[in-house]
Amino acid sequence: MSITLTAADWLSLFVHYLTLSLLSVGGAITAAPDMHRYLVERQGWLTDPQFSASIAIAQAAPGPNVLFVGLLGWNVGLNAGGLPLAAMGLVISMLGIMIPSSTLTYLATRWGHENRDLRAVRAFKQGMAPIVIALLIATGWILATGSNYTLSHWPQWLIAIVTALIVWRTRIHLLWLLGAGALIGWMGWV
Amino acid sequence: MPEAPAATLQEQRPRPESLSDLFFSFTFLALQGFGGVLAVVQRELVEKKRWMTREEFVEDWAVAQILPGPNVINLCLMIGDRYFGFRGAMVGLAGMLTFPLLVVLGLALVYAHFADNPHVAGALRGMGAVAAGLITATGLKLCSALKRHPLGVPMCIVLGVASFVGIALLRWPLAYVLLGVGGLACVLTYNKMVKAAA
Repeated sequence: MSITLTAADWLSLFVHYLTLSLLSVGGAITAAPDMHRYLVERQGWLTDPQFSASIAIAQAAPGPNVLFVGLLGWNVGLNAGGLPLAAMGLVISMLGIMIPSSTLTYLATRWGHENRDLRAVRAFKQGMAPIVIALLIATGWILATGSNYTLSHWPQWLIAIVTALIVWRTRIHLLWLLGAGALIGWMGWV
Repeated sequence: MPEAPAATLQEQRPRPESLSDLFFSFTFLALQGFGGVLAVVQRELVEKKRWMTREEFVEDWAVAQILPGPNVINLCLMIGDRYFGFRGAMVGLAGMLTFPLLVVLGLALVYAHFADNPHVAGALRGMGAVAAGLITATGLKLCSALKRHPLGVPMCIVLGVASFVGIALLRWPLAYVLLGVGGLACVLTYNKMVKAAA
C-alpha cells in the first residue's frame, strides 16, 4: 500500500500519541484498540494485517511490549515511502507515547520519594501490594487462556502451569524454558 | 551509635556501579524478556543482583503500574533515577529500548518470509504459553512479600482474590479494579497505620 503523509499528518500522529500516553494505564497495549481505530480505520495509513503483524512481532521479540508502537510508526513510514520516513515514523511514535507518561512518572516518583515518610504515601504503596501481585497472576491467566476457554487449548494451559511451577520453585534460567516452549510449538504439539 | 550498623548495611548493598553498568544491565534483561520483561526484571534485580528486596520491588511496581505508560519502562526509569538522578532515568530508558528496538526491526524485516510457516507460528504459540507461566510465577513468588503486610495475610488474600476475579474472570477494565479494590486497600492500610501509631 502507498500513502502520502503531509507535515500536518505527522503532527497529528504525534499529538494523538501524546494524548494516548496519559490514558494508557496498565501499559501501552491497553491503548492498542484506539491505535487501531486511528491508524487503520480513520486515517487508512496501515492495513489490518500490517497492524496485527506489528503487534505479533513485538510480542514475539524480546524487550518491552511498548516497542509495538514504534513498529506501527515504522510501517506507516514504509507505506509513505522508504526507510527514512520509516525511521521518522518510529521516532515520532515512540516519543509521542513515551514523553507524557515518562515525565509524569519521573515527577510523581520524585515527589513520592521526598515524601516517603508521609503516612499516605506508605499506605498507598503497601495498600496496592496485594492488588498488583494479583494483577500479575491475572495477566498470566489471560495470556494463557486468550479470549476464549476452548478445551482444545489444553496443551497451552499445561505448558503455562508447568512453567509457573518450575519458575516458582527452582532457579532454572528462564531462557531454557522459553527454548523448550519454542521447540514444543515447532514440533506442532501445541 | 545505634544507627551505625544500619548505615553500613545501606552502603554495602549491591547497586549499579556506573551509568554503563545500569545501561547494560537493563539491555541484558530486556533482551531476555520474551513475552514481557517483568519476570526477568524480578529475577535479575531482586534475586541475582539484589539491588532491591521483594518488598521494595512490589512497592515500586505498584507505582509503575498505577501510573500511565509502559509499566516496565516506568519501573526502569524509577530505578535509574534512584541511583543516578535524571541521567540514570534517561540511561535506564535507553538501555531498555535501544537494542530491543533494533531486534524488533530486524525481526519485522524477516517476518514476511516466515509468517505463513506453521512451525514458526507453533513456536511462537509455545513461547507465548511459557511467557504466561513466567508472569504467573512472578506473582506467586512476590506473595511472600505480603507476610508482614499491615492488613495481615487473610485480608491480603481477600483483596488479591477480588482483583484476580475482576481482571481475569470478569474482564473488567484495569482502571476500575485499581481504583475500586486498590482504593479500598489503601484506605484500610491507612486506617491500620493510624491505629498502630496511636
